[in-house]
Amino acid sequence: MREAGAKPARPLGAERKLKISKGLRADFLSSFIAFALALVIGAAIIAAMGKDPLKAYAALLDGAVGNRNSLAETFLRAIPLSLAGIGVAIAFRAGAFNVGAEGQLFIGAMASAWVGLSFPSLPPILLLPLMGLTAMVAGGLWAGIAGALKAWMNASEMINTIMLNYIAVFLVSFLVHGPLQDPSSPLGQTARLPRAAYLPIMLPGTRLHGGLVLAVAAALLASLFLWRSAWGFRIRVVGKNTFAAQASGMRVNGVMVSALVVSGMLAGLAGFCEAAGVQHRMIENISPGYGYTAIVVALLGQTNPIGVFAAAVLFAALQIGASTMESAVGVPSSVITVIQYLVVLLLIGRGAFDLIRGKVMALSRREKG
Amino acid sequence: MKDHVERPGDAGTPLLSMRGISVAYGALRANDGIDLDVGAGEVQALLGENGAGKTTLMKALVGLAPIEGGSIEFDGKDISDISPLVARNAGIGMVHQHFMLIPTLTVAQNLCIGLRSEGYPFPNYRKITAKISGLSERYALKVDPSARVADLSVGEQQRVEIIKALYRGARLLVLDEPTSVLIPQEIEGLFEIIRNLSAQGTAVIFISHKLNEVMSISRNITILRRGKVAATRRTSETSAKELARLMVGYEMGDLPAAPAISESSPPVARIEGLRFVDSRKVKKLNGVDIEVRAGEIHGIAGVDGNGQVELARILAGILAASSGTIWLDGKDITRLDVARRIRSGLSYIPGDRQRTGLVMDLSVRDNMTLKLSDRPPYAVHGFLDFGKIRAMVEESIRDYNIDCADSGQEARTLSGGNQQKLVLSRELRSDPRLIVAVQPTQGLDISATNYVHSMLLERQRKGCAILLISTELDEVLSLSNRISVMYEGRLMGTFDRDSADRETIGLLMAGKQHA
Repeated sequence: MREAGAKPARPLGAERKLKISKGLRADFLSSFIAFALALVIGAAIIAAMGKDPLKAYAALLDGAVGNRNSLAETFLRAIPLSLAGIGVAIAFRAGAFNVGAEGQLFIGAMASAWVGLSFPSLPPILLLPLMGLTAMVAGGLWAGIAGALKAWMNASEMINTIMLNYIAVFLVSFLVHGPLQDPSSPLGQTARLPRAAYLPIMLPGTRLHGGLVLAVAAALLASLFLWRSAWGFRIRVVGKNTFAAQASGMRVNGVMVSALVVSGMLAGLAGFCEAAGVQHRMIENISPGYGYTAIVVALLGQTNPIGVFAAAVLFAALQIGASTMESAVGVPSSVITVIQYLVVLLLIGRGAFDLIRGKVMALSRREKG
Repeated sequence: MKDHVERPGDAGTPLLSMRGISVAYGALRANDGIDLDVGAGEVQALLGENGAGKTTLMKALVGLAPIEGGSIEFDGKDISDISPLVARNAGIGMVHQHFMLIPTLTVAQNLCIGLRSEGYPFPNYRKITAKISGLSERYALKVDPSARVADLSVGEQQRVEIIKALYRGARLLVLDEPTSVLIPQEIEGLFEIIRNLSAQGTAVIFISHKLNEVMSISRNITILRRGKVAATRRTSETSAKELARLMVGYEMGDLPAAPAISESSPPVARIEGLRFVDSRKVKKLNGVDIEVRAGEIHGIAGVDGNGQVELARILAGILAASSGTIWLDGKDITRLDVARRIRSGLSYIPGDRQRTGLVMDLSVRDNMTLKLSDRPPYAVHGFLDFGKIRAMVEESIRDYNIDCADSGQEARTLSGGNQQKLVLSRELRSDPRLIVAVQPTQGLDISATNYVHSMLLERQRKGCAILLISTELDEVLSLSNRISVMYEGRLMGTFDRDSADRETIGLLMAGKQHA
């Protein structure tokens, strides 16, 4: 009986193997197509404004990677996007939607600035790791609140992380206007960090700091974590099917909370990079929505840490090039925002596309038959 | 029982004639050039293993499957361009395996859904009720038109489905696995209805994979195998043995008999006074006591929905009992979590393998690793040892003869039988003391079913205690050393295999004490 079942299926199986590696590639291909289509639609919008889309995109490219400084700025922008994006991706893998990277980033940045200001005499080799760790712990705890609420009270982490964003932003605003405000300034910001708390510059003459090393390391470690570690395995299983995870003895709630905490830790680290690497203090509006863009970046990178890093660089290039495009060609930089969110719509819309294609194929088959 | 009466339609052109029907789902050819003829008033059986293409062919007939080629003729008219509406208007009705009724509505309300002719927007319920009563009488189909569908038993709901089809003027009725949800007594009632329908000129296509049913009810049998017609036989000129061979493609061996257990074998699992009240305050378990000895398969028979699923989930540790104690090897495991129960020697083969048994989006390898991610040598210092895992996976694929291209193939793309083999390989790997198996062969073809049974029997011979929960009475009767019948969260009785008779068990399954 075994032979009867096994024999005819072997060649079929070989086909299947091909299909699966194709499936993985198809994921990244769909990201690429979504991005390309968004650019095309963006070009149409630019053309509708009476501008030359090619010229605009050329200016965009030039502004993003045209010279040493713009390249440095692009990678500088990619640091918080990729760190927070990898965090969001890990939460996605566990089946949790972390919309709270923004708040976790704020809390992490605030905590690291506080440590920097509290221990100004420590050498950089101690102070920077301490600040980074504090930022991660703070961001992780902040995300852990939403995780705990989900685990014990079955409250949607999507809603709670959004709510916690507001609390975080207003808490930071209170601190930098109140107890931690720079006494010499009326602005909502802390005093300048001591020199020892500055992240070192990687490319002399630019602002590109050591956070890039952290971002690359995070992408590699997160990949290792997800696909090699037992914990990462559990995260992926829980994200795909909580019932099977539970039946095989995994603590579904614990795994999900842990993924949210790790997610928050990475967002907190992104905050540390902004405070210690860019602003050199905590300011009221330290992030122009990196935590939200991180969600898009995570989706575009197909929740694969390496892919997320690539997507972060891409989005950073768009954002950095946008101002050059605005000044050189006169196309408002908000067009780039439109393109960014078109990417999301197109990625989500892929399902609809498959559906339509299926219907068309069925129709054409019927006509033939 | 009435004999089949010769009817004029028998000799001449058939009522339904399907020619060269082909249906493909992606790369899978579910139907490949199938011919089927049904005469007026005939009972035609469609026999085949799961996945042979029976349901697909019938869905094609009522316009629910994408037909690639072939023609359909009904009552002399060409209806190859079939759609659900065309099928209905032509007089073809289908009772699906999963009923298409709205539980919160009454029978009469369900019947007139989609029928503007019965009054629109306000249906004329008096007229509908009268029509239902007429049909009820004519075919001896007892149904209360004003009852809420949710309050009806499964057998009654099936009658509603049949009336629904007749109400819409069906002259050909397709019944898809109609007996799979019924207890033995209800099955006899359904057969009576089918005979009535046939006697009054309604043709019936009866889909089943159960040989004895097909033998007792049908006039002609078409056997499908792998999307093609394997043979067509007159029921009077064939035997169950021949049908089995045609269906599977080879002679079936008999099941090895389970060796008797001695009274002295020690109990492995003891369940005492298990009660469970669900979140809607419904009592699902009302004090269940079971003892499973070493080397015993203890079968739990019962109609679906009488607390069997809850019992299994409580034993597995997924659901917490309201009260009661579970002992495994003399240890109280009532308060242990799933992981600790697994370590204590419990294995769970869930009934819904696509949801609880497997992670469909993950690979064969990952699914085999599910319970090992905290266990050396497969996980050391928090990292998975893929060398060890690969060796384990390859061994399992070989030992259990799992048909997959490689261990990276997604579980989703495996056939049902291979999916279940994958679950078995994982659950039996740890040499469990107690196996809780729920519907372990549901949806599997005969060869996969035999394989699963042989694996359970092998474990039983090795001294494992097995609690087999199944709604397939044949399965429970043929495998178990002892059989308990479950009804509304209670055990109605426990029998040794030798003293168990089908009729008594059937009555207990229906909640009736000895008649």
